[in-house]
Amino acid sequence: MSEQETTAVSGPKVKKFMFVNRKAPYGTIYALESLEVVLITATFDQDVSLVFIDDGVYELLKGQQTKGIGIKNFSPSYRALEGYDIEKLYVDQASLTRRGLTEADLLVPVEVLDDQQMGELMAQQDVILSF
Amino acid sequence: MLHIINKSPFDTNALDTCLRMAQPGHALLLIEDGVYAATQGSAVAQRMRDVGGKLSLFVLQPDLEARGMNGKQLDGITLVDYAGFVDLVEKYDTSQSWL
Repeated sequence: MSEQETTAVSGPKVKKFMFVNRKAPYGTIYALESLEVVLITATFDQDVSLVFIDDGVYELLKGQQTKGIGIKNFSPSYRALEGYDIEKLYVDQASLTRRGLTEADLLVPVEVLDDQQMGELMAQQDVILSF
Repeated sequence: MLHIINKSPFDTNALDTCLRMAQPGHALLLIEDGVYAATQGSAVAQRMRDVGGKLSLFVLQPDLEARGMNGKQLDGITLVDYAGFVDLVEKYDTSQSWL
């Protein structure tokens, strides 16, 4: 075993963090708070996944215009996540379908998962933070 | 993994979504208003009986008692106290609270 590998093993453990988003963006503060915690977590070089289920899929819709309600449109921030090495975004297929949406309606590239895939992905995490 | 639900099944879709995604061998703990899903005669009772075969089902007894539902829980659901809640969180590697 090389010295380099030994160093890597003794370093801080990278944990798998999953953020579960199940609320629409502007009716409550959950979606924005989740995004802020995601960005904080990213600075600690952890393995971060974001999942969007139920009304959480509305967070990723293209074309959000919030000027009329006086709240900052934070949806462009999802496009910036890539710059923080957060590239694991997963969306629940059934939640999209029930809302008449498809992947093409979303403002970032995502992986669409079925029920079983989502359940298995959750079970693989070290930490799940729910919003 | 452990799924935790604290909302009434008649108020939010948390139970529905959880049951869609929970995999065989996972556990489900009902707390706070989530305990109503554990009671006999409700519209979700049959659904809970059906998932009993693949999930381990638990309900927090103090919350059941507070709501006048003690003794009305479905068969096959294990009652736990606060220490039992902690034991479940410790036993399963991952927990998800379906807020």
